Amino acid sequence: MSQGDHSVAFVRHDPLPPQAPPVSQAGVIGWLRTNLFSSIGNSIMTLITLYVIYALLAAIVPWIANGVWDASSIRECREQLQGVNAACWAVIEERWPQLVFGNYPPEHYGRAVLAFVLLFVALAPVLYFGLPRKMLWFTGLYPFLAYWLIWGGTLWIPIMALVGVVVGFVVFRLLEEKSFFGAMVAALAAALAFWIVLTAPLAEALAGVLPLALTPVASREIGGFMINFILGTSGIALSLPLGIMLALGRQSTLPIIKMICVIFIEFVRGVPLITLLFVASVMLAYFLPPGTNFDLMLRVIIMVTLFAAAYMAEAIRGGLAALPKGQYEAGDSLGLDYWQKMRLIVLPQALKISIPSIVNIAIGLFKDTTLVSIISMFDVIGMIRGPILSSTEWFGVYWELLGFAGVLFFVFCYGISQYSQWLERKLATDHR
Amino acid sequence: MSQPIDAAPAVPSHLEVSDEVAIEISGMNKWYGQFHVLRDIDLTVYRGERIVICGPSGSGKSTLIRCINALEEHQAGKITVDGTLLSSDLKNIDKIRSEVGMCFQHFNLFPHLTILENCTLAPIWVRKTPKREAEATAMHFLEKVKIPDQANKYPGQLSGGQQQRVAIARSLCMKPKIMLFDEPTSALDPEMIKEVLDTMIELAEDGMTMLCVTHEMGFARQVANRVIFMDAGQIVEQNEPEPFFNNPKSERTKLFLSQILGH
Repeated sequence: MSQGDHSVAFVRHDPLPPQAPPVSQAGVIGWLRTNLFSSIGNSIMTLITLYVIYALLAAIVPWIANGVWDASSIRECREQLQGVNAACWAVIEERWPQLVFGNYPPEHYGRAVLAFVLLFVALAPVLYFGLPRKMLWFTGLYPFLAYWLIWGGTLWIPIMALVGVVVGFVVFRLLEEKSFFGAMVAALAAALAFWIVLTAPLAEALAGVLPLALTPVASREIGGFMINFILGTSGIALSLPLGIMLALGRQSTLPIIKMICVIFIEFVRGVPLITLLFVASVMLAYFLPPGTNFDLMLRVIIMVTLFAAAYMAEAIRGGLAALPKGQYEAGDSLGLDYWQKMRLIVLPQALKISIPSIVNIAIGLFKDTTLVSIISMFDVIGMIRGPILSSTEWFGVYWELLGFAGVLFFVFCYGISQYSQWLERKLATDHR
Repeated sequence: MSQPIDAAPAVPSHLEVSDEVAIEISGMNKWYGQFHVLRDIDLTVYRGERIVICGPSGSGKSTLIRCINALEEHQAGKITVDGTLLSSDLKNIDKIRSEVGMCFQHFNLFPHLTILENCTLAPIWVRKTPKREAEATAMHFLEKVKIPDQANKYPGQLSGGQQQRVAIARSLCMKPKIMLFDEPTSALDPEMIKEVLDTMIELAEDGMTMLCVTHEMGFARQVANRVIFMDAGQIVEQNEPEPFFNNPKSERTKLFLSQILGH
């Protein structure tokens, strides 16, 4: 590796071996030095921050840790605490069923818990692609099963609803060759017709032969966190496909479809959710024919879904716009038709780009379900503000109850957020 | 340029051109808004022809070949591909597209699918080929472009030259009768141009009908049976490669050739 005297000619024969980085870059001391105490100013900031963290923890931790778990009213709590400022967690233990299930009949809690546990079985194959694809069959059946478990009544109603889906699917398969979009519209019409005309009488007739019924539970008996969870999961699950259709519709070259989608999205985005919820709870009754009994829960699910779908559509539109034009052209040049191109090439990539915004909307939607407390549905917040805080036993126990509700939401929202980050890493195939 | 121009042989005699018409374009015009991009294009391509289209940027050469598979819509004139008149009917367009393969300057592979999935996607969904058979075909063509070992990687893990060869294989998996190339080597490092051109030469030797928009004049001399020079949306000159390069007739062609072959 020597260089001839002052000559520019140079040839390397042995490649240089890699060497370890300098020691000052590694180790705990090195880390502290570079990150916390790199200058006088930074050192002062570090110390102030540490003090603030200490002060906060010193105030909060004893309040939580010294809390009372065993009492039947706020007065008993205070007696036990003897002037010490600490939490009265007993309220959560005593009112746990109310907070979680509302007025759901206690003897049927098992049904609700089963529906909750099965939700994760149903979600598993959707969330983790490694699981056997056959599990998706259960995912498809789950909504009907969950409805039956939670609301009870005869099993024939959800079965007939499912048959309606099958009817729609058969219609779709028969017409798919002719036109994908036409087949979808026809399938939707067929399913709707089946549900409206045939479901009730068929279910009644079959229930007469073989009841297969659980004790019915009315929607107004359902309450607590259960409402938030039902509204959140059904809202997210329904608004995603609707949002995808709206986003595609907004990009459509057919002016009428495009206009309908744009008007819908802009209108819904321009109106506060609480307005839509009031429409659902109060106004809709004026527009529906008298005597129609349209469940409030269903009305709210529809409104929440429409609301989230408009936002989903805009998030997905961002993903569609971020996709290079070449991807569309490559799909076109291979002879794929519009729906194949969308399903196989465009949406998988656009949705991946939109994951952070979609998750954002999903989390927002889940938390917004607490707004139903304003239209007098007793969700977890409605329960706290109404029956629990106004009771003589637990008058004024704000921090513990609202803190509990906060933790409950945090656990689920943080879970969703962590999952989405895992998903993003897993799907990162294009730029490594 | 990978092929030394002087050493290039004349049109290889074993590459026969048949009398059968593959593409017929007559009186075709296209506008972008007010801008008249393609003016009165008449072109007949016979089966087995290897046509190289060259010209300055903005001359409409890419637009011309993109009209053939309806990636761009033409506003006047007729295009007949493989006996099918190109109309605005979607079924008709999809049919033509499945018979005409296309390679792009920026490859346009599907980044979320593996190389193998890129190649089997269209055969499975458009041709309804069973998956196993589609994979066998895909492996056959991946071997032909000499990257069967990359089948399970993602496009982002491959070099530009490899990606373009995959793009060629992906088109070939549809068993097209005609291949269009839109500046296939323009986005590649010099080291990788040769591997892509070699693949294209092999394809020509197999008798594929090819239309290539390219500035690789060595490739044109070696493989093309016809070179077309376009300027300002018109076909200015076309000839066999030997007379085209050695004895161009139009002043515009002379200027263009002197500019690209000047160094």
